[in-house]
Amino acid sequence: MTDAKDERRPAGELEASVLAALWAAGAPRTPGQVQQSLGTGLARTTVTTILTRLHDKGVVDRRRQGRGYAYFPVRDVQDAHGLTARRMHSELDRDSDRETVLARFVAQLSPDDERILRDLLEADGR
Amino acid sequence: MTALFLLLPLLLPVALPPLARRALDRLTPAAALWSVTGCAVLLAGCAAVTLGLFVLLGLLKLPLFAALGELVHPLRAAPDAFVLPAAVASLGALAVCAGALVRSVLGQARAFRTARAETGDRPPAGDLYVVDSPRPDAYALPGRPHRVVVTTAMLRSLDGPEREALLAHERAHNAGGHHYALAAAELAAHCHPALRPVRDTIRLAAERAADEAAAASVGDRRLTARAIARAALAAQSARSVRPGFAPGAAGGPVPQRVQALLAAPRAPRAGRAIAALLVACAALSLVASVTGTAEIHHRVEVAQGDERP
Repeated sequence: MTDAKDERRPAGELEASVLAALWAAGAPRTPGQVQQSLGTGLARTTVTTILTRLHDKGVVDRRRQGRGYAYFPVRDVQDAHGLTARRMHSELDRDSDRETVLARFVAQLSPDDERILRDLLEADGR
Repeated sequence: MTALFLLLPLLLPVALPPLARRALDRLTPAAALWSVTGCAVLLAGCAAVTLGLFVLLGLLKLPLFAALGELVHPLRAAPDAFVLPAAVASLGALAVCAGALVRSVLGQARAFRTARAETGDRPPAGDLYVVDSPRPDAYALPGRPHRVVVTTAMLRSLDGPEREALLAHERAHNAGGHHYALAAAELAAHCHPALRPVRDTIRLAAERAADEAAAASVGDRRLTARAIARAALAAQSARSVRPGFAPGAAGGPVPQRVQALLAAPRAPRAGRAIAALLVACAALSLVASVTGTAEIHHRVEVAQGDERP
């Protein structure tokens, strides 16, 4: 993966990657830390630009840290909405075997599947 | 002879499950996805039409419907001993299918609405919507615009490059319009019981197609395989209820996907034969049901006194 390729990606995809990194971190992150956790060839200035854009949209919030800012994702505006989302999600989860139009990333595993996957991951050196 | 034309569309779906699995083995996942889906929909449609013809033949034996159909001679399409039981059985089968179809469509629509509502009105960052949930989960949500929904628990169980593979996978579902194939597979599965295993093959083909697209996008097959395996294990450890079924020797869909990515990319080989078989299967079913319909139409015209036998 080259720098040039990452810089050429659509802005929406870059925003998604940066927001995903912030949620995964679970604590405020500086642009430099975000750049590292992305593990891609994005320049730090690009990451800063994206974080600023996300901040303008109100998707992330920031606080002063040293000479710059540390960013963190904004939870749902009203806390009640967050609860609704969680409840709906568990509703979806219950139906997971029946609704197939939503292409899920991973299906349920059988105990055998679990063992095979652990073996494959180990063989892959992790 | 008419009976043969009418039975063929009902029997051919039995041949599709093994053909579909071979197609997924031999063709590229995207080619397998669309060719098997097309074939399944066609076979399902022909089977339903055939059941309808049996019902029609049975109805025209009844004096009321014969009068309504302006039949002046008795309808001679097949022996009475065959027509009446076939009509009753077909009517029952059609009713069961219709019930299952309606239930499925309603269930899918409900799940879709719930998922849309879950994302609210605006995707926060590009196409990504993050749901704050302790259960690792991710899915593609088609619509305008397409969205990718990922829970915080899923984001936390993967590292940066693995998250990229996950996002690329879900975007591939949306960009490829895979939800059309999944919906079609679901409908076909309710039209003929033999098409039920085909639905699973189509689901696996859609996942494999998105996996390959993700691997091409992040430029690393092993990374993509690792992301899938880790996401599946994380999702599993968060589940309270575990499935009690015993899987086959090859393992379920997730290990098959991981293994396919870890193996070297396959050059398409001998794909033409299997593609030709799929086309032949679909064509045979189509020709048989069209011929059967034309034949019955002719017999009805004869019974109406419009045509000579």
